[in-house]
Amino acid sequence: MVGKVIKKKYELNSISSKTNMVFNILFSIYCIACLAPLLLIFMVSITDEVSLVENGYSFFPSKISFSAYQYLFMDFEKILRAYGVTIGVCVIGTVLSVLLTMLFAYPISRKSFKYRNFFSFYIFFTMLFQGGLVPWYILYTRYLRLEDSLLALILPPLVTAFNVLVVKTYLAANLPEAILESARIDGASEFRIFFSIVIPLSVPVIATIGLFSVLAYWNDWYLCLLYIRSPKNYNIQYSMYQALRSIEFLTSSNVASLGNTSSELLKVPGETLRMAMAIIGIGPIVFAYPFFQKYFIKGLTIGAVKG
Amino acid sequence: MGQHNTNIETDLHVVKKTKRKTPELFKELSKNKELFLMLLPPFIFIFINNYLPMFGIVIAFKNYNYNDAFLSPWNGLKNFEFLFKSRSAWIITRNTIAYNLVFIFLGLIIAVTIAIILNELKNKTLAKFYQSVIFLPYFLSWVVVAYLVYSILSPNGFYNKSLVPILRLLPIEWYTEPKYWTVIIPIVNTWKTIGYGIVIYLAGISGIDQEYYEAAVLDGASKFQQIKSITIPFLVPLMIITTIMAIGNIFRADFGLFFQVPMQQGLLKPTTEVLDTYIYNALMFSGDLGMSSAAGFYQSVVGFFLVLLANWSIGKISKEHKIF
Repeated sequence: MVGKVIKKKYELNSISSKTNMVFNILFSIYCIACLAPLLLIFMVSITDEVSLVENGYSFFPSKISFSAYQYLFMDFEKILRAYGVTIGVCVIGTVLSVLLTMLFAYPISRKSFKYRNFFSFYIFFTMLFQGGLVPWYILYTRYLRLEDSLLALILPPLVTAFNVLVVKTYLAANLPEAILESARIDGASEFRIFFSIVIPLSVPVIATIGLFSVLAYWNDWYLCLLYIRSPKNYNIQYSMYQALRSIEFLTSSNVASLGNTSSELLKVPGETLRMAMAIIGIGPIVFAYPFFQKYFIKGLTIGAVKG
Repeated sequence: MGQHNTNIETDLHVVKKTKRKTPELFKELSKNKELFLMLLPPFIFIFINNYLPMFGIVIAFKNYNYNDAFLSPWNGLKNFEFLFKSRSAWIITRNTIAYNLVFIFLGLIIAVTIAIILNELKNKTLAKFYQSVIFLPYFLSWVVVAYLVYSILSPNGFYNKSLVPILRLLPIEWYTEPKYWTVIIPIVNTWKTIGYGIVIYLAGISGIDQEYYEAAVLDGASKFQQIKSITIPFLVPLMIITTIMAIGNIFRADFGLFFQVPMQQGLLKPTTEVLDTYIYNALMFSGDLGMSSAAGFYQSVVGFFLVLLANWSIGKISKEHKIF
């Protein structure tokens, strides 16, 4: 992008090699600080339980063992189920979320639509003022009767003001009124225009909000904490939370009971099991990260432009 | 076009005696029937999911019982009396605001510094790589972060078992000592969220016209002078807006951070209990709906006025950056 001449000037004027080196070292250290904790729990998950209790958490296990994973695979149904809930909620939620967001954002992005300001404010106001947890919780459990229903995991993040404003900004800038007008003259209905022109032309922004939505559903444990009661409906993040709270969540169906739960976490067996569970829960997002992060950044920069 | 005009005229004729506003709406409705139909499903959804709870905050003035729910009898300011007479009201308000102020300060200084340095690094591929790695923690859920913190701080964790022997430090029971958490919480929050700020400020830097730098180079400005007199001044509006918006949200705490990372250890409450966790605990565990809804009302209303105030102050600084 930058011309050759300018580039040369920049080389003349860039920071000195020494400063550059110092910064590179500092950034390397910071990057290690970002990744090391993840590596640590992976190393713990492949440490032998007995040597873990003796030597504590370390990056260099004195004895390696995969028994935690073997143990988890014995009871794999639980994890598979949690993954099933997460993936199912994620897919259905994301599709619905994208559709509803587009349906709201398209009309309010049209300059010819007279009430677009009213509807824009209608969604924007939800960012300014919230009823808060208590009335919302009462509404979901007492009136909508969604306690222990998977719908309670799908519904809440469906339409967010941020997503609507991202799409609205994108459509207002990238959807030429002329194309829509010519389609109207050809007699196409608004719905037809929406599905055969607007949607295909919005693929980049759909990818962006789709990604936001996938991440929101994938990382959700809060809705599960609030509304889900029976273990069969737990999603993966909430299962991880349960495993961190008490190891019995992972062991109960294999071992009869661990007896009295010692409050001293140190003595609870299965530390490695717990970390193995964490690795199974974290894995997908870390592996997918290199592929999605640049789309996410692109989406953020659209969102940063005020709607 | 001609047909359009006559339509308006006849409409005007018909409605001359009634109010003007209603027919206008009807005209729009019939003209843009399909657009309204599109808006309808999300409109209803938002109404139920977001607007009904807004009206629901009146339960803070009621003596809640399960059967009548939102229609429970009024009991005036009793709930608020209980809330503000308890010591918790002060502690949770103090914690929420103090932590948010620290987060805003750290977030601003660190994100701007890192963004500027990343932009100056010679090797652009390496700079991209650093940025990606620093952004990674942002995508981990708070449950995962709780695991990571636990693996370092637990009695058997990395600090106590690996660092203590090597560096000859004192073993610490982190999960029973509230005083350490005033430092741990900001570190964890910065570690997780800083990547977001960096992306925003890098976008801001890339928007600066290169001509300024070229002119500065011609005038013999050093790199440091360029950063001081071009990059930072150009970022100032963005910094002000981000900060004011964050101040508007100072009454809202990140529930995940304060709920997951201290692992709900009761002993840590003096330094880790914030408005959001208090409301949650009062609702789910003590079943104290009066207290919980009063705290919720307090948070919503004060938060709302802070947002309005924040927006008003942005308007004072620069009109074009006003949010609404």
